[in-house]
Amino acid sequence: MTGRNSLSGPLADPAGDAGYTAEHPKRVGFFTDTSICIGCKACEVACKTWNAVPEDGLDMLGMSFDNTGMLGANSWRHVAFIEQPRTTGRQDPGLAGLPTGPSGTHLMQEAVEPLLRAGARGGSGLGTEPLSTAHDLRAPEVAAAGQDLAVRNTTVWDLAGPEPTAPAPDLQDLGMPAFSKPGDGTGAEGRTAFRWLMASDVCKHCTHAGCLDVCPTGALFRTEFGTVVVQQDICNGCGYCVSACPYGVIDRRPHDGRAQKCTLCYDRLHDGMEPACAQACPTQSIQFGELDELRERADRRLAQLHDLGVTEAQLYGRDPDDGVGGDGAFFLLLDQPEVYGLPPDPVVPTRYAGTMWRRAGAAAAAFLLAGVGAFVSGAFVSGALGGRR
Amino acid sequence: MSDNGSAATNGSQPARRSDTAGGIEAPTKESEHRDLGHGTGAEMFQGIQGGRPVEERAGGPGERRRRRKGGGGRGGGEPTVVPDAEFRSYYGRPVLKSPVWERRIATYLFAGGLAAGTAVLGAGADLTGREQLRRVSWLGSLGGLLLSVWALVSDLGRPERFHHMLRVAKPTSPMSVGTWILTVFGPLAGLAAVRELFPMAPARWRRTRAGRLLGRVLPWVARPAGVGAAVTAPGLAGYTAVLLSQTSVPAWSEVRDELPFVFTGSAAASGGGFGMLAAPVAENGPARVFAAVGATQELVAGRVMERRMGLIRDAYHHGTVRKLGLAAEWLTVAGLVGTLTVAGRSRGGAAASGLALLAGSACQRLRVFEAGVESTKDPKYVVIPQRERLEARAGEPTRTGGGA
Repeated sequence: MTGRNSLSGPLADPAGDAGYTAEHPKRVGFFTDTSICIGCKACEVACKTWNAVPEDGLDMLGMSFDNTGMLGANSWRHVAFIEQPRTTGRQDPGLAGLPTGPSGTHLMQEAVEPLLRAGARGGSGLGTEPLSTAHDLRAPEVAAAGQDLAVRNTTVWDLAGPEPTAPAPDLQDLGMPAFSKPGDGTGAEGRTAFRWLMASDVCKHCTHAGCLDVCPTGALFRTEFGTVVVQQDICNGCGYCVSACPYGVIDRRPHDGRAQKCTLCYDRLHDGMEPACAQACPTQSIQFGELDELRERADRRLAQLHDLGVTEAQLYGRDPDDGVGGDGAFFLLLDQPEVYGLPPDPVVPTRYAGTMWRRAGAAAAAFLLAGVGAFVSGAFVSGALGGRR
Repeated sequence: MSDNGSAATNGSQPARRSDTAGGIEAPTKESEHRDLGHGTGAEMFQGIQGGRPVEERAGGPGERRRRRKGGGGRGGGEPTVVPDAEFRSYYGRPVLKSPVWERRIATYLFAGGLAAGTAVLGAGADLTGREQLRRVSWLGSLGGLLLSVWALVSDLGRPERFHHMLRVAKPTSPMSVGTWILTVFGPLAGLAAVRELFPMAPARWRRTRAGRLLGRVLPWVARPAGVGAAVTAPGLAGYTAVLLSQTSVPAWSEVRDELPFVFTGSAAASGGGFGMLAAPVAENGPARVFAAVGATQELVAGRVMERRMGLIRDAYHHGTVRKLGLAAEWLTVAGLVGTLTVAGRSRGGAAASGLALLAGSACQRLRVFEAGVESTKDPKYVVIPQRERLEARAGEPTRTGGGA
């Protein structure tokens, strides 16, 4: 709370702005180059293992190979899968002569969609809790759909297990896992190009972090590395950070009641190690390092891809002039951010704090004036309105 | 192909994936009409333009037409008609997390406003010698305060840690600011209310040593405490608007200019309404003025807010949210008319008007709360305005349509 751009705008040293002395370490972060992500989800697994992040529900979501769905209290890394009927640059997908098409069918989505749409959190609880938790089901028809899906899922999984004792429900094909090759059902005339976008999403550790700004307990704090971490012994689960985050990252963990998100492996940083996800990444799609260096590296990679004809490649969260002052964890994307579930132009809510308080101050003054006026003008007005006093 | 249930969402896509993707054939005619956000065969290919079926999300074709007529984007830069929503998203999934706050927080918005409004009345009645109005106002204020504290604490993920709010005073966090406003307001209003409760206590309690001491001290401290509470009350009534607006929730953030006036107006209307409900006609003059001014402000600010809304109007007109909005407006109008006509003459008329204003205020808070929740569930409220902002900044449309 010291400098000119403490609330929004470019800020070279957020840790220094938060009060660390000049000797603090350089700001670190992630550069996630999604053009070389292979969707192995090793980052998700490594993160869960190292940080003891609990299960977020073993659901089949019908979103290509993404069965995590979203970042959340129980998913601090999330790999998105997007299937597109096109190629990247001059890349040969190697599909000549093969039938191609999406990996899934509509069946799974038909089963999942009503659960997500009518659930209490409209699908935004993915990454935090299972698809069909009882409290997530308000409408009766959704509850019915939930039971239905539970039955179907059970059916699928129980195929290899013991014989069901209850009368077996009708088997229903969910479309996944599919044993046929994608697009087997079509002939050559339906053939398309194909590419698979995969991207490992994570907390952005914003230069101006909405979650940190609004935290009323001081549980969220800026570390000496410039990252943003929740102190679990302080957080009282007020949930303000959940609504403040412009990326939909941080969430409250059910039954635990505290806000949870990526810590950028604060404990490992102290021991000079890189975060678990970056270490587990087999393709160096997730690169950890000092932010300044990562930004240079990203610029070089972007130029290289543009030279190779991948004109759609773009950096996301790299710009210190954006609405959150640039991200500590930024990305190279091969399509627009919203295709990956990222907001195209996120802004830290604190940016408008000044104007909002001024408006609220004016409204409060009007309120007090009305109260005082009600008594000062009491005799006169109540007489005019027909009262006795 | 499933068409997202309506032409409105997907009908005018620049290039339908179905032309090129070719994937899996739509299995049955039936499934074409199921309202899936995205669905069969080739549409599962990437992109997934549009979010959810428009009937579902926007509250029916009637709303859409009305919205077209209404027009008017914030700042004049946005199109007057929210276009047939055409945008790209990740499988139609939300971008934001839906608030974890429950309706208890909407209850708090109402109860906190009531506590603030009645505190102003209580202090004023004390200073102007209206004993009955003073008594009911402070009791109402205490009730609102207790309801507020219950709602706030019980909505925490870790209620036993509620006092962690008092670790820091943080101007960037409206919740921290509000905590400290409540921390000042609560004991002061409570003290003023104890004076009203004291005569109701059993006589043998009052005869004890502590009781006698309290009886002597209260008349001296209750008035300054009450005035202190009344001075803090505007903060309590107004900060909740900033609390909601300083979030990434589209339907709360985008009404940040008008919401403080809606909320303080609503607080004054409910406070005055409570005074009219509980105090005799002979003393309810100030309550009527306060309520009338508050209700008018709430109605006018609400109208301005409505007029300046862009895409988020859909969230405010969605299903029950719309009904709550209508209920809030009609109840407030009815209460205002009653206040200006019968409330100064008849006890029953005053009580009915007061009740209508209280109910209107409660509906108003719940409606704003629910609209916010609704606006986080559909990615369109996030993607479309932000994309438009980017395009406006770039000076030319950059929608590339991914697959093209």
